[in-house]
Amino acid sequence: MTSEAPQAPPEQITYANLLFYGSWGAIAILLITFGVYVSGIFESYIPINEVSQYWSMPVSQYVHEANVPTGWGWVTLLGKGDFLNFIGIALLAGMTIVCFIIILPYYVKQKDIAFIVLVILEVLVLCLGASGLLGTGGH
Amino acid sequence: MVRNGCKVLAVKAVFLFLWLVSSPVWATAEAVAIEGPQRPWWFWPIVLFVFCFVLGIIAVLAGVGGGVLYVPLVSGFFPFHLDFVRGTGLLVALAGALAAGPGLLKRNFANLRLALPVALIASSCAIVGALLGLALPTNIIQIALGATIIFIAALITFSKNVERPVVEKQDGIGGAFKMAGAYLEPSTGENIEWKTHRTLPGLLLFIVIGVMAGMFGLGAGWANVPVLNLLMGAPLKLSVGTSKFLLSITDTSAAWIYLNQGCVIPLMAVPSIVGLMLGSFVGVRILAVAKPKVIRYIVIVVLLFAGIRAFMKGLGI
Repeated sequence: MTSEAPQAPPEQITYANLLFYGSWGAIAILLITFGVYVSGIFESYIPINEVSQYWSMPVSQYVHEANVPTGWGWVTLLGKGDFLNFIGIALLAGMTIVCFIIILPYYVKQKDIAFIVLVILEVLVLCLGASGLLGTGGH
Repeated sequence: MVRNGCKVLAVKAVFLFLWLVSSPVWATAEAVAIEGPQRPWWFWPIVLFVFCFVLGIIAVLAGVGGGVLYVPLVSGFFPFHLDFVRGTGLLVALAGALAAGPGLLKRNFANLRLALPVALIASSCAIVGALLGLALPTNIIQIALGATIIFIAALITFSKNVERPVVEKQDGIGGAFKMAGAYLEPSTGENIEWKTHRTLPGLLLFIVIGVMAGMFGLGAGWANVPVLNLLMGAPLKLSVGTSKFLLSITDTSAAWIYLNQGCVIPLMAVPSIVGLMLGSFVGVRILAVAKPKVIRYIVIVVLLFAGIRAFMKGLGI
């Protein structure tokens, strides 16, 4: 006899739906922007045939020699084909933060203090990581 | 017939993978790194895409995450610096986890109540790991990476996960976080109820797992599953699902650190992400009809090989 599948809690379903559309949307954007980049429609910040000169360097040397911005500096270069790809990458890396913010009201409604605190702390940790405030400048 | 076809495809994928690793292309990789670009710009991205596609198939068939194979193999055999490989490795693992997460959550194979407390610890420590990894000299990281990969190969070989561990009484912390639930086991049509025990030591181990995930950009499924399953008593299917989902949180925090430091180059990141994801889809289809155990052993050998190479590279040998 087959049992009925236990239902996932509503906050878990909301998280799943948001993650589904967000991450696949981000991957679609990544594919489109990469197509734009390699087709040369937009000028690249680092010419595409010069990229291989940099990828064998330590990141600190690459940032210095190619004069690449760190932190959120890429936002100012979105008109460049290579940095256009960072929209999809940032969306991929940002989806989890959005999902946690969206499910917070469920725990508030349940008056589940432990999970309200956990979700808030998790959002703060992820935002701190994303902020660009932490960094050593590489080795 | 379909089963035979898939087995043949799986074996072909493994041989293509071994050929790629042993190909003369890699012999020139370091020369290219030293002497400058000798090939057209599209050469390495295409090789990387094909390599990651095959890697995606093999990772699924061997039951390991993409990141754990990606970082040691790409840093060992491609002309990319370890900083960029780790940044991309995290994005590869993150993209795979984000794509798998919704299905796992909806079917209760991943559980938010189990994942959240663990994720908070792992993601905080992954930030520390990423900062440490970027601050330490590359050769030290390379040696530590080599040792870790060799350890992972041993762990995969000797770890015997338990399908449904017996948890007689839930501990206080597990109870406070309501770490319990149920899911439908499709193969038997049975509802599997679960709860955790030994939650505190489990949570403490995620400090180490988080640091290692951030430091090496490996993803951490290889460590998540044994801790959730063998220590905390979660059923194997739930442990695998929750581990995969967990990567989407742990790797997010570390990925931002690498991204903000400039460790992501789109020309290597996008072919890696897309190649590995496409390979994983093909791998899942092959897995549905064939379970070639030999691939798991080949992956263990490849991991050992990659670990030793990373170790020796770190020592400058």
